[in-house]
Amino acid sequence: MARYFTEDHEWIDIEGDHATIGITDYAQEQLGDIVFVEVPESGTVLEKGADAAVVESVKAASDVYAPVSGEILEGNDALADEPALVNTSPEEDGWFFRMSLSDADELEGLMDAKEYKAFVDSL
Amino acid sequence: MSDDEKLPLDSWHRAQGGRMVSFAGYSMPIQYEGIMAEHLWTRESAGLFDVSHMGQLQLIGDDAAEALEAIVPGDISALKPGRVRYTLLLAEDGGILDDLMVTNTGKHLYLVVNGATKHDDIAYMRRHLPDSIGLNHLEGDALLALQGPKAAEALARIGIKPFKDGWPVPTELFFMQAGPFLWNDVPLGISRSGYTGEDGFEISVPADKAEALAQALVDQPEVKPIGLGARDSLRLEAGLPLYGHDIDDRTTPIEADLGFALSKRRREAADFPAASKILSQREHGAERKRVGLIIEGRQPVREGAAVVDDDGKEVGKVTSGGFSPSLGQPIAMAYVPAAQSELGSTITIEQRGKPFTGTVAAMPFVPHNYHRQPKL
Repeated sequence: MARYFTEDHEWIDIEGDHATIGITDYAQEQLGDIVFVEVPESGTVLEKGADAAVVESVKAASDVYAPVSGEILEGNDALADEPALVNTSPEEDGWFFRMSLSDADELEGLMDAKEYKAFVDSL
Repeated sequence: MSDDEKLPLDSWHRAQGGRMVSFAGYSMPIQYEGIMAEHLWTRESAGLFDVSHMGQLQLIGDDAAEALEAIVPGDISALKPGRVRYTLLLAEDGGILDDLMVTNTGKHLYLVVNGATKHDDIAYMRRHLPDSIGLNHLEGDALLALQGPKAAEALARIGIKPFKDGWPVPTELFFMQAGPFLWNDVPLGISRSGYTGEDGFEISVPADKAEALAQALVDQPEVKPIGLGARDSLRLEAGLPLYGHDIDDRTTPIEADLGFALSKRRREAADFPAASKILSQREHGAERKRVGLIIEGRQPVREGAAVVDDDGKEVGKVTSGGFSPSLGQPIAMAYVPAAQSELGSTITIEQRGKPFTGTVAAMPFVPHNYHRQPKL
């Protein structure tokens, strides 16, 4: 399994032609206490860069984008009852949604863990 | 590089782990350990807020109270020494230029105005006050707020003395009273007031002593430093408007539901700016009103979201909105048409194309916990 990262502070785990997407520890730290998450419905078809999910902290709302094109397979229902999972386990239990991958070439240009760390350190 | 001005406690906030952001032209801490934890800590213990960005002014002159009454609707002449009053700086058309606290120190009036409006306020006051009234901007003083049910307990422990023998200590003040005190020979002006709905104090201190005082306070086990984020969620729960958001120069005191700031004597004299318009609104109601809303579900509505009618037409606006840490649900303030401003009215809000349902609720959302003087 390969994990990629975007400059929007999302992580993407790839298994075959399926992707699991969430926000990074750095992102949850910046957002602060998460009080609400809206995940996309299964069957939604999204282009890379489209609004996929909404995450609300005490202070502000932020969009989570589809980092690749494809169809939503499932959203993480656990976040409806426990949005704080994004704070406590951003890169595991606090995943946002799974989607199919319609164009594997879109993974090129994403960062690996080392590149993402360097990117965050540069901010 | 940022052009933000640094406040006297800038490096202290950073050393305390504060995350600094730009606010009202200053670099200020938005949070330390997290908004939710800081909010709840203030509600159950005590929080220390740096509000040195706010404007501290003195109006000096025998007729300062009468003169100020030309531009505010409160009975300032009746304000006794040692008493504090909330009032509104009004434009000629009745719009609110600022909201402020006025203290009669016995020697002069001491005003605390909003940081983002202080320079405009000073210019407006200079234009409207006679030359015989002196106006000082106390730029050399910092302002700290200690807020929460354990604020008095903590403040009592750091060795603040009466300004003169026989005068009171700070914890003898009641809500909306103020006085001068000494802390290690440093003069402090302390009022029992604040912006969280809790008991607490606002402390004016010379800038070069602010860090020592802040440290002495957070050294008390009850006290933690609290950022702007929790300051905003606390005041929203307390139903207190934020200038530039819930009130501004296009809202009148009646629309803003701040009619209590119109003192009886001033209403009878009808001698404040736009008195006939404002008193007519008071009598007959304004077309719109600021209300509190409890929002259904868990997703907050934010400032700028539209209040809509059954046809989807915009009839009002959300002016503050967020998640209430104490209630565990989203709350908001909004301007709604008068007909929908009754408690219990259902309000539809549209945000990013999505409808939300709100119910008009009494404010404060969380009961005030002030240390009021017992009524005799």
